[in-house]
Amino acid sequence: MGRETAKAQQGTAYTVEQLVAFNRYNPDILPDLENYVNDQVSSQTYSLESNLCLLRLYQFEPEKMSSQIVARILVKALMAMPAPDFSLCLFLIPERVQMEEQFKTLIVLSHYLETGRFRQFWDEAAKSRHIVEAVPGFEQAIQDYAIHVLSLTYQRIPRTVLAEAINIEGLALDKFLEHQVANSGWVIEKSQGRGQLIVLPRDEYNDPILKKNTADSVPFEHIAHILNNLS
Amino acid sequence: MADHDEQRLQPQDLGYDPNFVPDSVKSFVVHLYRQIREKNVYEIHQLYEASFQTLSERHFKDTPWPSVDAVAQYVDNDHVFCLLYREMWFRHLYARLTPTLRQRIDSWDNYCSLFQVVLHGVVNMQLPNQWLWDMVDEFVYQFQSFCQYRAKMKNKTEQEIALLRQFDQAWNVFGVLNFLQALVEKSAIIQILEQEKEGLEQFTANDGYDYNGGSNVLKVLGYFSMVGLLRVHCLLGDYDTGLKCLQPIDISQPGVFNIVIGCHITTIYHYGFANLMLRRYVEAIREFNKILLYIFKTKVYHQKSPQYEQILKKNEQMYALLAICLSLCPQSKLVDETVNSQLREKYGEKMSRMQRYDDEAFAMYDELFSYACPKFITPSAPSFEEPLVNYNQDAYRLQLKLFLYEAKQQQLLSGLRTFLKVYSTISLAKLASYMEVDEPTLRTILLTYKHKTHAVDSAGKVISNADVNFFIDDDTIHVVESKPPKRYGDYFIRQVALLQGVINELDTIKLE
Repeated sequence: MGRETAKAQQGTAYTVEQLVAFNRYNPDILPDLENYVNDQVSSQTYSLESNLCLLRLYQFEPEKMSSQIVARILVKALMAMPAPDFSLCLFLIPERVQMEEQFKTLIVLSHYLETGRFRQFWDEAAKSRHIVEAVPGFEQAIQDYAIHVLSLTYQRIPRTVLAEAINIEGLALDKFLEHQVANSGWVIEKSQGRGQLIVLPRDEYNDPILKKNTADSVPFEHIAHILNNLS
Repeated sequence: MADHDEQRLQPQDLGYDPNFVPDSVKSFVVHLYRQIREKNVYEIHQLYEASFQTLSERHFKDTPWPSVDAVAQYVDNDHVFCLLYREMWFRHLYARLTPTLRQRIDSWDNYCSLFQVVLHGVVNMQLPNQWLWDMVDEFVYQFQSFCQYRAKMKNKTEQEIALLRQFDQAWNVFGVLNFLQALVEKSAIIQILEQEKEGLEQFTANDGYDYNGGSNVLKVLGYFSMVGLLRVHCLLGDYDTGLKCLQPIDISQPGVFNIVIGCHITTIYHYGFANLMLRRYVEAIREFNKILLYIFKTKVYHQKSPQYEQILKKNEQMYALLAICLSLCPQSKLVDETVNSQLREKYGEKMSRMQRYDDEAFAMYDELFSYACPKFITPSAPSFEEPLVNYNQDAYRLQLKLFLYEAKQQQLLSGLRTFLKVYSTISLAKLASYMEVDEPTLRTILLTYKHKTHAVDSAGKVISNADVNFFIDDDTIHVVESKPPKRYGDYFIRQVALLQGVINELDTIKLE
């Protein structure tokens, strides 16, 4: 059953999600879940629930564990940042497995991302191309995460800081910025003598005024309760 | 549920005769059997909770109860009653003595038989919620105890190893999870709770009891199994799935889960712990605060109950977890005054040390985490190869290591917070020099602060936990003071209610 459902085109994701929902604790679905990891990698999709289910099955039957699959799951989890998926996966992987080289590297990469050290991250990732290039969309996902954190933090950010965080320079960066200006509301300013400043869109995270307005909302249930008691 | 590992006296040493049934016990089982047949839930509860405890204290302090074979004759050899009796028998054994491997296996067999009877829907009884909760709770506890026992391979005897090999299905993790899941599914409890929201079901309103002549056993076991699953997943380190298992229960509303205090506490303890490991500190703090306040107000009513000791233990553990959460994620408005003063008393000094983030701080985090965490387990079968080792600490060590790793990543944030509280604006250069780091490092610290204080909830939404916030404009940091929101809405609602009260009063006055 496993191979056929995995090869089925449209139905794959739906079938596997159903498998996980209704057969959560069934060791027989292990091959399907492994195939699904490979599908997620090649089709650039992602399912935390299904991957945790697989890690759980590995935990129950460690002799069936595939290091390669686990590494792929971890890379996909990194790509899901800022969600804490990477930690969730580590909780289920035995310590002695985490001591293997490739996992130590992934943990270091995660550490750099968790602590905003993007320069060190890109340096280390460059040294581990074989791990990260195996998963398409990796670079883009990390860049998205970098922009997410920068947007929480900065109203206006120097070009050099942005460049370092997303690992794009020169002409490629110019093109990237053009795209963001056109589609994401970014604005480019000229700062006195120090290069460009990128103005990021305001939201409740980097603009205090927007935050205040959301504080005093009254839940509908409270009003409904009052209305019940009015004559 | 005491979990002692020391060797206690074996029953044989104390002159235990499994076939001897004191008159009081004979009377007890006869009454219990009759009350169950007549579905008198209140009487069943009295016998189950009070009489069983009294008889245990009086006759069976250090020995098991009479064997089921000895009492079966007084209860028409009723199959289901015998399963229930055995369940209580084993529970008593685990609490007072150390079970042998054989007894552990037999207890597993008993649960299999009992659950299968329930799952086949042939049970016609109504049992008190306390009893049904105890069944699920004990089932998970015995599983946890078995895994701990099995992981200590070093001093196992030949017979024990032979038994382990032979009965590899006993307390197998797949079996345990599948039973709990089967109870959830067969009872259709999730659909019942859904339909209840639309007024089509009366489950919670009836405290889970069936007033249509049916049985509450499957439904309520299914309900409690959701909490059981949360607990098992926490023991395995799978916090996300654990919370998903609990999702059908809305813990912000009264429900069957808070009718039995043991269930209420277990639910919130694991819910809070799972959220802590998921870095959703605010959520954990909120729930711990509520339950600790509740325990503070109500523990006096439980002083005589057999659960009292457990309640107190969990209370202390949750204060430790609350101390951890507040050290990692300071919040000023979420904790009730009563709880806060208890917290200061128990952990005030430790908390101030934890927020210093030096080596001593991590020793504190280690200590509190180790004290308060669940008893993590390794679910896989042991290796029977020589040399035999003890690996019962592995699971705990991994969770502790990962937790401390997370705490270490927040190392510099405490210092940053102190500075942010003092300045409204400050240049990056100046703050870097005060914190004795270079500018690029400071930028990474600021990014870390933002990332760690903006948690992602289960729906993927970003929520700010930051008590002190800031934004950077080019090379200047602007600190944002978080003023407590003026709750105009609440104020007006209160005034409306008061005024309505006055109007109602006026309406009742008749003028001559």
